[in-house]
Amino acid sequence: MATRQTRTLARTMMAPAVIVLLIWMAVPLAMTIWFSFQNYSLINPMMTGFAGWGNYEYVIGDPSFTQALVNTLLLVGGVLLITVIGGTFLALLLDQPIWGQGVLRILVISPFFVMPPVAALIWKNGFMHPGYGMLGHLFKALGLEPVDWFAQYPLFSVIVIVAWQWLPFATLILLTALQSLSEEQREAAEMDGANAVNRFRYIILPHMARAITIVILIQTIFLLGIFAEIRVTTGGGPGYASTNIAFLVFRTGILSNDIGAGSAGGVVAVIIANIVAIFLMRAVGKNLDA
Amino acid sequence: MARNASVQTKVGFTVLAWTVALLLFSPILWTIVTAFKTEAEAIATPPTFLPLTFTLDNFGDVQDRSDYIKHAWNSILVSVGSTLLGLVIAIPAAWSMAFAPTKRTKDILMWMLSTKMMPAVGVLIPIYLIFRDLRLLDTVHGLTIIMTLINLPIIIWMLYTYFKEIPVDILEAARMDGAELWNEIVHVLVPMAIPGIASTLLLNVILAWNEAFWTITLTSGRAGTLTAFISSFSSPQGLFLAKLSAASLLAIAPILLLGWFSQKQLVRGLTFGAVK
Amino acid sequence: MKLTPLFAGVLTLALVGTASAQTLTIATVNNGDMIRMQGLSSAFTEETGIELNWVVLEENTLRQNVTTDIATNGGQYDIMTIGTYEAPIWAKQGWLKPLDGLTADAEYDVDDLLPPIRDGLSVDGKLYAAPFYGESSFIMYRTDLMEKAGLTMPEAPTWEFIGEAARAMTDRNNDINGVCLRGKAGWGENTAFLTTMSNSFGARWFNENWQPQFDSPEWKETIETYLSLMADAGPSGASSNGFNENLTLFQQGKCGMWIDATVAASFVTNPEESTVADKVGFALAPDTGKGKRANWLWSWALAIPASSQNADAAEQFIGWATDKDYLETVAAEEGWANVPPGTRTSLYENPNYQEAAPFAQMTLDSINAADPTNPTVDPVPYVGVQFVAIPEFAGIGTNVGQLFSAALAGQMSADDALAQAQDAVTRDMTRAGYIK
Repeated sequence: MATRQTRTLARTMMAPAVIVLLIWMAVPLAMTIWFSFQNYSLINPMMTGFAGWGNYEYVIGDPSFTQALVNTLLLVGGVLLITVIGGTFLALLLDQPIWGQGVLRILVISPFFVMPPVAALIWKNGFMHPGYGMLGHLFKALGLEPVDWFAQYPLFSVIVIVAWQWLPFATLILLTALQSLSEEQREAAEMDGANAVNRFRYIILPHMARAITIVILIQTIFLLGIFAEIRVTTGGGPGYASTNIAFLVFRTGILSNDIGAGSAGGVVAVIIANIVAIFLMRAVGKNLDA
Repeated sequence: MARNASVQTKVGFTVLAWTVALLLFSPILWTIVTAFKTEAEAIATPPTFLPLTFTLDNFGDVQDRSDYIKHAWNSILVSVGSTLLGLVIAIPAAWSMAFAPTKRTKDILMWMLSTKMMPAVGVLIPIYLIFRDLRLLDTVHGLTIIMTLINLPIIIWMLYTYFKEIPVDILEAARMDGAELWNEIVHVLVPMAIPGIASTLLLNVILAWNEAFWTITLTSGRAGTLTAFISSFSSPQGLFLAKLSAASLLAIAPILLLGWFSQKQLVRGLTFGAVK
Repeated sequence: MKLTPLFAGVLTLALVGTASAQTLTIATVNNGDMIRMQGLSSAFTEETGIELNWVVLEENTLRQNVTTDIATNGGQYDIMTIGTYEAPIWAKQGWLKPLDGLTADAEYDVDDLLPPIRDGLSVDGKLYAAPFYGESSFIMYRTDLMEKAGLTMPEAPTWEFIGEAARAMTDRNNDINGVCLRGKAGWGENTAFLTTMSNSFGARWFNENWQPQFDSPEWKETIETYLSLMADAGPSGASSNGFNENLTLFQQGKCGMWIDATVAASFVTNPEESTVADKVGFALAPDTGKGKRANWLWSWALAIPASSQNADAAEQFIGWATDKDYLETVAAEEGWANVPPGTRTSLYENPNYQEAAPFAQMTLDSINAADPTNPTVDPVPYVGVQFVAIPEFAGIGTNVGQLFSAALAGQMSADDALAQAQDAVTRDMTRAGYIK
């Protein structure tokens, strides 16, 4: 079927998408790499000229760099763990015959429609605030001292908020996969006398492996750059406790107006993202018979 | 197993599911009820659930400060515009990948997805400078272009996985030259793939609606979207929880309603090829 | 293709509506006084026919957006709301248009502006930003709780007295905290407060050779006093409390004392907002007898970026928003207590204002007591009371604020926070070329 003509056509049809994405990636990236070797501060015109590796040394030497790297991985890993396990559990639950399934599904997917700054604001003020947040009231009602979430468990609090936003997405994908498991397969398993745990382990889980892969892949793409939630709630602190790489780049590049160092941080972040991407593709890519 | 389950099991699962669902929904529910309370009641200890004095004042105050309709309209233009533009570019590309795959198709797809991993803050200044020189700062079309580029990889991927499930034989009935191919895509492929296209459209409208970095940094007054709208309420003076809740509710309401009404369509194509 | 006309329609809609008559784009901060100005500004449009396009943002977002815009010559704004920190730095870069029209206008009466405020916004005698309101910081305290604790607030207390009073006023069972202080990280938040506090303890950011001084005993005493005060008498969650959060707490009656901006005085004494409006007293910011008090100097001011295409109209608006008539307008609409304070001598001589604002004299004294050119006990190479007026300070100050915020949250000790601050500031100052 793949005649020469079709192939030419196919290339032509691919071209617009490839070209715009190439420009979108290459131009800003090239400019970022260029800036990363320059002394360039937005607010200090005296800083000019070629910087060599100075900007990179400065960013990697940042006292929070290692912690930011670890936080990035913890944030991605933590949210993935919660959403995949929680999503599987929710998908299994919603797949049961229950009353009000339609409404239930709407309730469960709703957090996905909430924009990140709003999600962060309502968690911060309505829920986690020790004085008038819902959780504070709850703790007081139980006779406990309200927890100051963002001071005591900053990274964990951010993970909770982000996981809340992404849990619906995982649930939806996993639920769709679960529902495609044919009736015969399930019944066959039941006839064999397999108990619930074994059915889950040997029939359902393998069937969902591919969907889990998709969830991990897509969420990782978004989670590596988590920023709005951190900015609105903790501002990367206290100290550097909730600073991830994206926020570190923001702090150096934008807050300190040091474009040279910020760009170097951006390049480092791109490299890290690519390492994660390669690792991810290796680990889960074989599940995607693209 | 569950088909002939007893009523007791069903009750058990129903209670469990409702408990979990309400817990997940509670932050939104709490925001909704708080939006109709007075400021004093919003932070009262012990808290009230339903407003004792039902008030719409918060919405009035919010509207006085920021023009909600303008921001909402910008959000609609940017999210719908960028998704449609994205579909126009993505449908042909996804067709090629699905029906004329080469050895490099998978690599190209992965490369496209990897462009999404570029941290936005790292390229803010380059983009800002480009936008300044092209006079795109604070314009709706400028934002639309950025949103299109950001979401294009996801659009292509979703369409590709959906197209792949369509039997090749149907399409190859027509001969492949340029004009006929275009006809084929428009008259055969698109109608067949409507569920996939619909859910791609919905998902990307949601993603563009909720994007909160470029929409804030590249706009000032004219092209500000609802994410910019909410950022003027994020740390106001004095008692503010009720007003913040009202502003939050206004910001998420359109997309929440869209999501609720279209969730079936959204789910139908939201598989990323995960279902075999 | 069916989608194309629809898409074209969307784009057309997007393009329409960007063109119109003369319109000023104004970036401002979401503080009460600014929001009031926004509300009153329709009168300006009616008068002049100039349309106003408001961009009201939260303080940090505002700073980021206007700095990026002005430094890259983006030209998105005709008027920017900036502070005493930015004005001189930006003016020196040639980023701001001097307000010569206003300075020359006898009716505007530029000499009526309070000297410390005007100086802070001028470079080489030229005014680059017109103050919308000005502030220092002082102590606001609950007269009823002070009485209950059996103490009397002196007009000019020491930190020792503040410590004693705060602990005496604290009543955890009734959710009353003796003192509320800033803890939220940011150079304009906790760093501003702690810098003034350190000034009163005899500490300084840098010595004459730009060497950071966080390893000095004075800084150690400052931070240790702050931490123990907050542990004994501060509210829970203090490390995320900034100006706005503390204002809310004080208005709800949960703070015995609050040391913060003088502009807060009109909010805490406003019976519509505050549950303790009739029980608030004022005193000068505390000291330790070393000759400096812990009060700052700040103003939010309106400036015109050099890139503005509508500079004349912009200056006209700035004149409208910062002249004597504006104060009259606000007074007529909202009462004298709610006019933006701290900018004009004539306001403090106005008997109506003195009567409506019991805090007027204390505010004026605090503003006049702040000396940006000589802020510390020991000599320093910089200008600025609660900040160091160098371009790098926004980054450095925020970094240091994060460390002190972590100490307040109990995530590190005072010694660790100070040691890390010393290292971080040394690193940044070396990079910026101050330390050779």
